[in-house]
Amino acid sequence: MATFLNNPTIRGWVFQILFVLVLGWFVWDIIDNTSRNLQKANIAAGYGFLERTAGFGIVQKLVPYTEASSYGRALFVGLLNTLLVAGIGIVLATLLGFIVGVARLSSNWLVSRVAATYVEVLRNVPLLLQLFFWYFAVLRSVPGMREKWSFLGIFHLNIGGLHVPKLILGESAWMIFAAIPVAIAVMIFVAKWGHERQSRTGIRPPIGLINTAVLIGLPVIAFFIAGRPLHISMPVFTETGPLLRRGFQTDSGMTIIPEFLGLLLALSLYTAAYIAEVVRSGIQAVTRGQTEAAASLGLRPRQTLRLVVLPQAMRIIIPPLTNQYLNLTKNSSLAVAIAYPDLVAVGGTVLNQTGQAVEVVSIWMIFYLGLSFLTSAVMGYFNKRVALVER
Amino acid sequence: MNRNFASILVGAALALASVTAAGAGTLEDVKAKGFLQCGANGGNLIGFGATDEKGEWSGIDVDFCRAMASAIFNDPTKVKFTPLNAKERFTALQSGEVDVLSRNTTWTMSRDSSLGLQFVGVTYYDGQGFMVRKSLGVSSALELSGAKVCTQTGTTTELNLADYFRSNNMPYEVVAFEKNEEVLQAYEAGRCDAYTTDASGLYAERLKLVAPDDHMILPEIISKEPLGPAVRQGDDKWFTLAKWTLFALLNAEELGLTKANIDEKKTSDNPEIKRFLGIEGDFGTPVGLSGDWAYNIIKNVGNYGEIFDANIGPSTKLGIARGLNNLWSKGGIQYAPPIR
Ligand SMILES: N[C@@H](CCC(=O)N[C@@H](CS)C(=O)NCC(=O)O)C(=O)O
Repeated sequence: MATFLNNPTIRGWVFQILFVLVLGWFVWDIIDNTSRNLQKANIAAGYGFLERTAGFGIVQKLVPYTEASSYGRALFVGLLNTLLVAGIGIVLATLLGFIVGVARLSSNWLVSRVAATYVEVLRNVPLLLQLFFWYFAVLRSVPGMREKWSFLGIFHLNIGGLHVPKLILGESAWMIFAAIPVAIAVMIFVAKWGHERQSRTGIRPPIGLINTAVLIGLPVIAFFIAGRPLHISMPVFTETGPLLRRGFQTDSGMTIIPEFLGLLLALSLYTAAYIAEVVRSGIQAVTRGQTEAAASLGLRPRQTLRLVVLPQAMRIIIPPLTNQYLNLTKNSSLAVAIAYPDLVAVGGTVLNQTGQAVEVVSIWMIFYLGLSFLTSAVMGYFNKRVALVER
Repeated sequence: MNRNFASILVGAALALASVTAAGAGTLEDVKAKGFLQCGANGGNLIGFGATDEKGEWSGIDVDFCRAMASAIFNDPTKVKFTPLNAKERFTALQSGEVDVLSRNTTWTMSRDSSLGLQFVGVTYYDGQGFMVRKSLGVSSALELSGAKVCTQTGTTTELNLADYFRSNNMPYEVVAFEKNEEVLQAYEAGRCDAYTTDASGLYAERLKLVAPDDHMILPEIISKEPLGPAVRQGDDKWFTLAKWTLFALLNAEELGLTKANIDEKKTSDNPEIKRFLGIEGDFGTPVGLSGDWAYNIIKNVGNYGEIFDANIGPSTKLGIARGLNNLWSKGGIQYAPPIR
């Protein structure tokens, strides 16, 4: 026995198994205790409520949902709304963040000052205040429901939201979408061929030009082959008739609700300020020698940035960038403050109508945890790819 | 939002609290603390639960808590109020943050059966209505097809709204906020065509608008909203005490006992009044109170009719008629079992 425990491998195993057992017992005890306490307090428990009729409406839904749908469906609608605002927010914040981050390092005094001011202001005002600013101050001072501000004749803004043309997909529209991965495959091939040719002959073919043509051209060709399966529904604005019927008609165009716009603006502008800092520090961490070496090789400043500095900076940028993405996603739960029906807002309603706090809170936690893991995994993959370029 | 955190706390408390340790009764706890913790309206609902500039609370829901405090301590000021919005209220009661929830809350079967709470009775019979701008040119809720409607989440209101539009085959769009100031603000800014909540709430909220006269309340009442106080399940003694506080308020009105005349009535020969005042029989001990508990309620806060008139009656800004809330003997449906 004693010799058994002296064996480090066996000892290691014993402790690990013990640890798992204790942890398992602890988790079990919590679950058991919770359900017994709930029962004692006569509070309903279990996930059966997810199948019951929700009975309340939701203002924005990406999948069919009516008052007769279930609580589970309602939560799913909320989840998609969270993903929508977080997804678009991440794209916008990244684009703007890179622009501002690079602009901060610009040798043009004005450009770098403007970028620095942007970062300082946006970073130092609490996000909730910014959200209120966009929603209550900006998006509430636009024309009322029966009036509008129009841009370019196709975008219309009023208190009901941003009214834009809507794409209606015909039956064979899938061909257009199928053309996109094909185009990407072709583009990768072209890029490889171009590089190979450049290193062989020293002449670089116009890869960018060809690829742009491919990316636009293939889907356009598919569009015609499929028999033009895309239609556009323009927002219809009525100015006569009973007052309630005036304004934008519900079955025309697409309405982006102000609750979404406000949240999207606040999240992406705020996070962009942090991303800008991440980008700036990433670029500054690449030694000057790299830039000088690139210059002495005859690369132009833009080429230096694109081919030499950014690829190395990415290694430093990606881990903190992941953090910013996670923050943005989690911050999207501020939605509840301005009535955007995200997972937390809808979940709160479900919680209140059913009283099943423990279950709803557990769904929130699992979802946000899952989403964070997923984001980290995707970013981890990118990080691995750029990290390989060791110098 | 901070109450999402509260829900998590409830979860944590439920998870960690030992199953066996049963707390003392609520009445004993309240007596030991020296005050009653009352969950009241957090949205300044005039006439029901609201605070003035000095932080002084008023309203019929608030007076119910004062009545309970009078029954327990013979002192209506021994109440602390916790302002709660629609979403926060049930977790606050479940977690023990408040001893009683008296905040224009509708008594429904699911709330009574699966939230671990219990409704004491009805302090105000209400129903849901709609408010619109007069300029909208609408005179009935049935003309609201296609309207955008603002309301508060976590209420029966959002459910009734959905039922009503669904059963009348009318499309609509709901924008649901968590706080009632936000609902009203959204309605006033024109984000919605209509604002819906309990009719009482509509009258109270209309007073907060910049130009109340530009808005009208549509005639349709689309639901039954019996509003009343609630307590936690599992403490029958406390439940009984709360219930009889309400009955005492109603019985006093029926017996003609008011704040002003209750001392004179001590000499009355009416056996019902004698029992009410604790002169005959002992109705206090069984509920854990002194014999003059009912007398103390009326002496300190007045009877149901007085509370109604002072907070929401015709002489107040709200100007609500007694209607259904009149005593059964006067054409209403307010009725209390006798003290005997
Ligand atoms: N009686 C309904 C609605 C009660 C309700 O919450 N009404 C709103 C609008 S009048 C309110 O009092 N809000 C104040 C707040 O949440 O702070 C219910 O019990 O669900």
